[in-house]
Amino acid sequence: MASLITCPHCGTRPKEEFSIRGAALRRPDPAASDEVWQAYVYVRDNPKGRYQEYWHHAAGCRRWLVVERDNFSHEVFGVVDAGGAAETKSQARAGE
Amino acid sequence: MTSYRLGAPADGSGNGLNRAHPLTFTFDGRSYKGFEGDTLASALLANDQMLMGRSFKYHRPRGPVTAGSSEPNALMTIGTGARGEPNVRATVAELYEGLTAVSQNRWPSLSTDFGAVNGLFGPLLGAGFYYKTFMWPAMFWEKIYEPLIRKAAGLGKLAMQADPDRYEKAWAHCDLLVIGSGPAGLMAALAAGRAGARVIIADEGFQLGGSLLSESVSVGGVSAADFARSTVEELTSLANVTLMPRTTIFGWYDDMVFGAVERVQKHVGTPSPDLPMERLWRIAAKRAILASGAEERPLVFGGNDKPGVMTASAMRTYLNRYSVSAGTKVAVFTNGGSGYRTAADLSASGVTVSAIIDARAQSSDVVPEGVRVIRSGAVVDTKGRLRLDGLIAERSGFQEQIECDALAMAGGWSPVVHLMCQRGAKPVWSDDAQAFMAPDVGAAFIAAGSAAGCDTIAACLKDGAEKGAALCLALGFSSYAANIPEVEGDYDPAFAPLWYVPGAKDKAFVDFQNDVHVSDLGIAQREGFGHIEHTKRYTTAGMATDQGKLGNVNTIGIVAGMRGVSPAEIGTTTFRPFYTPVSFGALAGTSRGEHAAPVRTSPLHDWAKKNGATFVEAGLWHRSAWFAREGEKGWRDSVDREVLNVRHNAGLCDVSTLGKIEIFGTGAAEFLNRVYSNAFLKLPVGKARYGLMLREDGMIFDDGTTSRLAENHYVMTTTTAYAGEVMAHLEFASQTFWPELDVRFVSATDQWAQMSLAGPKARAIMSRVVEDDISDAAFPYLAAKTVTLRGGLKARLFRISFSGELAYELAVPAGYGEAVADAIMEAGRDEGICAYGVEALNVLRVEKGFITHSEIDGRTTADDLGYGKMMGMNKPDFIGKRLSSRFGLTAADRAQLVGLKPIEADKEFKAGAHLLKEGASPSMASDQGWVSSVCHSPTLGHMIGLAMLKSGRERYGEKILVWDGLRGSEVVAEVCSPVFVDPDNRKLQG
Ligand SMILES: [Zn+2]
Repeated sequence: MASLITCPHCGTRPKEEFSIRGAALRRPDPAASDEVWQAYVYVRDNPKGRYQEYWHHAAGCRRWLVVERDNFSHEVFGVVDAGGAAETKSQARAGE
Repeated sequence: MTSYRLGAPADGSGNGLNRAHPLTFTFDGRSYKGFEGDTLASALLANDQMLMGRSFKYHRPRGPVTAGSSEPNALMTIGTGARGEPNVRATVAELYEGLTAVSQNRWPSLSTDFGAVNGLFGPLLGAGFYYKTFMWPAMFWEKIYEPLIRKAAGLGKLAMQADPDRYEKAWAHCDLLVIGSGPAGLMAALAAGRAGARVIIADEGFQLGGSLLSESVSVGGVSAADFARSTVEELTSLANVTLMPRTTIFGWYDDMVFGAVERVQKHVGTPSPDLPMERLWRIAAKRAILASGAEERPLVFGGNDKPGVMTASAMRTYLNRYSVSAGTKVAVFTNGGSGYRTAADLSASGVTVSAIIDARAQSSDVVPEGVRVIRSGAVVDTKGRLRLDGLIAERSGFQEQIECDALAMAGGWSPVVHLMCQRGAKPVWSDDAQAFMAPDVGAAFIAAGSAAGCDTIAACLKDGAEKGAALCLALGFSSYAANIPEVEGDYDPAFAPLWYVPGAKDKAFVDFQNDVHVSDLGIAQREGFGHIEHTKRYTTAGMATDQGKLGNVNTIGIVAGMRGVSPAEIGTTTFRPFYTPVSFGALAGTSRGEHAAPVRTSPLHDWAKKNGATFVEAGLWHRSAWFAREGEKGWRDSVDREVLNVRHNAGLCDVSTLGKIEIFGTGAAEFLNRVYSNAFLKLPVGKARYGLMLREDGMIFDDGTTSRLAENHYVMTTTTAYAGEVMAHLEFASQTFWPELDVRFVSATDQWAQMSLAGPKARAIMSRVVEDDISDAAFPYLAAKTVTLRGGLKARLFRISFSGELAYELAVPAGYGEAVADAIMEAGRDEGICAYGVEALNVLRVEKGFITHSEIDGRTTADDLGYGKMMGMNKPDFIGKRLSSRFGLTAADRAQLVGLKPIEADKEFKAGAHLLKEGASPSMASDQGWVSSVCHSPTLGHMIGLAMLKSGRERYGEKILVWDGLRGSEVVAEVCSPVFVDPDNRKLQG
């Protein structure tokens, strides 16, 4: 009947405006090993609890978001822009 | 006379009736009178009509057992014709002028029901009878048992006409949602409303006030009902408070969203066409208070379902709110204070109370003057057929008959905690309260009043006020200390548990609607269905339309007793939305009939229509399929003509539904190079290129052409079906893979009317419309430019072809589409131009061996479909590159795209058929591939097909069996090249 997702760009919106792509995994380097690519394309954790997923605000700002939620209780812990998340991660890596 | 309406109270107070406004209604064809403010049930009781329904299984006569939404018995059909609604609870149905009600589940009449003979076979119809009696022989089930059961079962009948009314959906937002408008709810709303919070208070009833409307206490010096009215007045005056009567909060969902249904016009004789019948709400609340009250439990004794037996609180509601006495001589069977209060209220109204039978040995409850009390007593049987007529009370083995025509039963209280248990939390058994209490579901949603276990009205008023204030404080509003009014005349509703009275001769019911009685529960325990969820399903206890609101706690208590454990150990069954039934109309809202899904029409829809198009649904699109002409006997005639005309002259086809994405940015070239498998970096300005997009697993995702209109501006076309997916895919790749690339996308599918002009005469026709030079030298194959049409309109012209003919696609702003298409048809009249649809388009592409999503089915690689050279393996990266070279995707025996033609020219086969070696028997092991697309080729004069065949490209000339197990056909075909027409592309390049 209802769930709410707080888009960092558009605010709190009903889940019907979004589509879900699945686990928020980083695309491997083109030169990464067969195992890494196989895991990226085919292998998924199936946790009960916290999970990070790509959500697309399809009927809103059209941005891809990373939603961290509990897939049992549906509690949402955080929503960030996926591009922003990628930037933050690459900056973090650069800083290491 | 048994049940009747009392005279108006001298002070004019004390009930919710408007006696100045009498109403006429009918029940089973007879006319009755009631008043505004009545429910259908109270008005029927006022007219001495206690018999209101028949039970589901045994067809036992039944009257109302409650005065609220948990009612299991008094279900009837209200309204006539298309507006007839079955299974309406008369106890909550608001009376209106002209209301028409009909009883259900009886034949030929409510008082004479032949189905009641089921009761004689009661022993055969015990728990699990469906599973046992009708076990075998198997064929009997479908032919005999099920039709018999279907005929006998079922409560009301659905109207078979379309619903004439409208429904709508809406969102609401608030700081505090108050669910229920009894003493706790009203005070909570008042505290929050005065503090300035945005408050919504909703109640399923048509008058706000809850139990205040039913109890004889005084609150703040006035009657409880008057206190409720003045509080509602103050709430109404507050701009920040929204009152929602007739609104049931039926579900609690994620993120504090509540589902509610508002019965906007259910109580109106002639509904306004300008209003919806019902409105489905989603209410997003920061905080919520569950003030849904408590349900009084029936007592379980033999014959406890006679019409005239009802809960003590229901009897008080009929008496105090509707001025109706349930009988002239009323007995009370109680295990607590509620029974005494009912006796006192009846006595005060001049109704004879024949006895109070108290299960307890002693109590401090006040006994009304002159009323006999049988302590340590029990009711063991009831008399009468269609109406209670006396009962048998027992004390210490001594039985006596008590005269009565109505019986109030008070079995203790169960807080109404459903909503709080709909998201996984289970209610918690309390030994002190002898009830299941609301679970702790966090600070945002709390129970107040009797839903939280408060027992008196005074306690409820205080609890509601305090919790309302506390939640507002937590939200940052200043606390407002609500003054809590004094209550006079409250009673102590404490009770001692009594789950079941043994020694019953007649059935002792726990679930009235589904006719589940105590011995059914015993059978379930004996036969191994002891878990409460199993007991429920085996006996059907709690599975009726009332979902066990009244009976479930008794079921649990009795099962606990049978097993010698605490009800805590038995636990409850699962609570799920909806709290009460919600109509399909409300759930569907405006999404019905032609509005069930949006319809997408092309900007050339009207052009197609006036040219005689027949349309076909493709997803949400309505596409022109073919353009029938006079004398053509079927669609094949039209399609064959259109195809041949395109091959020999020219045709115009609407291709506006193809996805169109404008791509901008300095990184656009690099981006396209990474999302397409083939090279795009060096596509010149003014050129189109066919591209393949892969999924990351190496399979083809979609195909289409992309044209470079300027250095940093491209326009991409996608297939019609994948337009949305491709757009999301591009955005995903841009935003998450390569955010450093400067590229932006705009979907422009609906902004352009696009038409394909194909055929050997296409250039001659197009040059009459376009000012620019479009000779082959100036505008060769795969040219893509902005051109000027004669008259000055700027348009985009692409020399691309999906038919194998010399062809152009012309895109003009959507609003100009029809005029331009008309101009082209006019310009091509002498050349014999025709309009052609997607059926002919499909034949043309199959003849040419072009692929669609029939071939791009998620299992095929570029090489499988003959596009191996479009894999730019020397590019550093593109989506799908890494896994495209893995083992399995490069195997030599993969299925490859081939053409098929039947050996005997008049033979036909269909898509979906499998390919077998001649003589092989059909099996997975001998499977050689499948047919993906077929059509009759008017160019060749026989059927042709595209197929995926193991190592197919090496097998041209081989004979293969086209085996169609589904349709039972076998045709021998020759494997050939998938390009049937113009393999050297001479027409295309011409
Ligand atoms: Zn957004």
